[in-house]
Amino acid sequence: MQLTGAQALIKSLEQQGVEVVFGLPGGAILPVYDPLIDSSIRHILVRHEQGAGHMAEGYALATGRPGVAMVTSGPGATNIVTPIANAHMDSTPLVVITGQVASGSIGTDAFQECDITGITMGITKHNFLVKSAQEIPRAVAAAFHLATTGRPGPVLIDVPKDVTQSMMDWWYPSTIEEYDLPGYRPDVPLDEDAIARAVALIDAAERPVLYVGGGTLKSRASAELLAFAERTKMPVVTTLMARGAFPDSHEQHLGMPGMHGMYTAVTAIQRSDLLISLGARFDDRVTGKIPAFAAGAKVIHVDIDKAEFNKVRHADVAVQSNVAAALLAFDAASATPRNLDAWWRQIRDWQERYPLVYEEPSIDGLLRPQHVIQAIAAKAEPGTIIASGVGQHQMWASQFWKFEEPGTWINSGGAGTMGFGVPSAIGAKVGRPERTVWCIDGDGCFQMTAQELVTARAEGIPIKVAILNNAYLGMVRQWQEMFYEERYSEVYLSADLPDYVKWAEAMGCVGLRATNLKEMHDVIEEANKINDVPVVIDFRTDSSEKVFPMVAAGASNDDIMVHPLQRGASK
Amino acid sequence: MSATPEPFLGVIDHTPVRHHILSVLVENKAGVLARIAGLFARRGFNIYSLAVAPAESGARFSRVTIVVDAESAPLEQIVGQLDKLVNVVAISDISPKDALERELLLATIKTDVDNRTSLLDIIANAGAAIVDVDAKSVTVMLAGTPGGCDELERALESFAEVELHRTGRVALPRLGKTASA
Repeated sequence: MQLTGAQALIKSLEQQGVEVVFGLPGGAILPVYDPLIDSSIRHILVRHEQGAGHMAEGYALATGRPGVAMVTSGPGATNIVTPIANAHMDSTPLVVITGQVASGSIGTDAFQECDITGITMGITKHNFLVKSAQEIPRAVAAAFHLATTGRPGPVLIDVPKDVTQSMMDWWYPSTIEEYDLPGYRPDVPLDEDAIARAVALIDAAERPVLYVGGGTLKSRASAELLAFAERTKMPVVTTLMARGAFPDSHEQHLGMPGMHGMYTAVTAIQRSDLLISLGARFDDRVTGKIPAFAAGAKVIHVDIDKAEFNKVRHADVAVQSNVAAALLAFDAASATPRNLDAWWRQIRDWQERYPLVYEEPSIDGLLRPQHVIQAIAAKAEPGTIIASGVGQHQMWASQFWKFEEPGTWINSGGAGTMGFGVPSAIGAKVGRPERTVWCIDGDGCFQMTAQELVTARAEGIPIKVAILNNAYLGMVRQWQEMFYEERYSEVYLSADLPDYVKWAEAMGCVGLRATNLKEMHDVIEEANKINDVPVVIDFRTDSSEKVFPMVAAGASNDDIMVHPLQRGASK
Repeated sequence: MSATPEPFLGVIDHTPVRHHILSVLVENKAGVLARIAGLFARRGFNIYSLAVAPAESGARFSRVTIVVDAESAPLEQIVGQLDKLVNVVAISDISPKDALERELLLATIKTDVDNRTSLLDIIANAGAAIVDVDAKSVTVMLAGTPGGCDELERALESFAEVELHRTGRVALPRLGKTASA
């Protein structure tokens, strides 16, 4: 069967089971948009290519399936660089297809030419410049294989216009050998010796902590984690990337560790004698000052990527494996720590003394952002998906929302990409339309990618957006208040400019506003009743609210600052 | 011209042990070298020398011999990150004491009647060969150890005009020694 390269590209995506592509056409990718009309694949037409990338990420994080985005060459391609970098930092499986100028024009500074494979070399797991139409099926199959196996990540396929326009004999690789990836071996046999040494460390542990990272979600190991944790009675912390991997309601869950982690989660790690890292990478936002991080702990480091071992923290035992397989192996060996009663008594004492707190909201004053999140949660259906941007609102969402299952927390961790919230929420809703999707956003973040609400309205994707509008770039403001002597530099945004309600309405959404407690409850009720169009709520919140607990950048986790209400209490 | 015994046997006594030799088999595809160089640059690993040529399997693979500064980053990190490049097929790490290393030096030296004799002595002592000659200059070649090439380079410094190129080294494990993968 003779097909054009463009037809082969679309057919290859169909072969991969792709149900939706987020994208925006342009000159170099034009040929591919023609056969798309006849395809069963749904295309979501974004308003900016960055939106396409973040939507694909939100889709991937919510469904566990790779997100697919398609854009044109030059600026279309560079606009999607931020989502690619974001997906690379968070190991999110993404396949990004970029148009490229015709092969003969490459290197001539042709119109809308840019070296996107060069630009994305360091922020993709791999990328391809496809040289002939005949190679398209192999490139697509290999891209999906790379994106979804081993440590997942973004893969980019750059396709010159003449390649999509020329003819090929249809074929599709049926075996991994045909992908032609001689250097890629994601499956590593479990090192029995490493497992045995890890089990010995677990058996000797008196103060263990399960340090659960995003790799636990990526390897779908939540069930194995729950079984292992319950059998061994070990305390669990879930990093920002792992929220939902272990139920927040579970009594063994101490919450999130790190710079804005729970006091107990942070301190339990600090005092632990064994840290079992499950798909986590000792990020600086978790470790604080590295030499002071869990200084008395031995480390079992489970990761599919061996380059993570000893990168930041020495691993006493490194287990190269996906998290699920390693946990099953620990269980098979009946790894069991010592009696943890004393450890749990200590942990319960910390929890009692330093729970998450914030000041009581006043009846007529500005809203407390934490309270808004709790109020939304109180009226939300179980299984609601939360997406967020980056900053204070993100930390509060992670702290105050109760995540009970995988795929319900969509956020930008490693890269910290402002503006991630709205488009990733849209992507999540496309992937799981039966779920309610709330985007907890900041006013600064919202302004970066809000245009995608036009996409959401046009495509019938009814997400709900809660803007915690404190009129500031809040996290930067917090740092300037705490570490720059309250010298506020370029952080004021204004609560009224733009008018978020009018803006929402102009984009075809319902716009609501809440300035006090009564309005807060009313607008949440109202938003929950709307299921056909996107809703945007402008919650006016107190700009003086800061995120606590907090470990200052570069400080030891021992020097965690609790909420001012809790200060003075003895540690 | 008598054959001079080779002064070094593969162990480079002046090269600190922190240098490690990575013999990297890569797919012979466009941009592979850029991927390796980019990785080293963004991770802050230092490359001491680099040699690339098609490998034994013909056009499909190339062999890249990288001498790395293992003090710029732990060797484990360098190897681990390099191994993640999809086009990298195999990496063997040859420790300097177990390595047979060779590189090629080519140098064109302006000479006159006054210094030609001493130049010929240097060439003979180094075990180098003359590969081109004209009235005013000679081009010499040395295929030797990196240390031998260093010595010749130093000896040639006294000549007024020298154009000198070196290839960077290639290496194999000594017989009876193995590279670690």
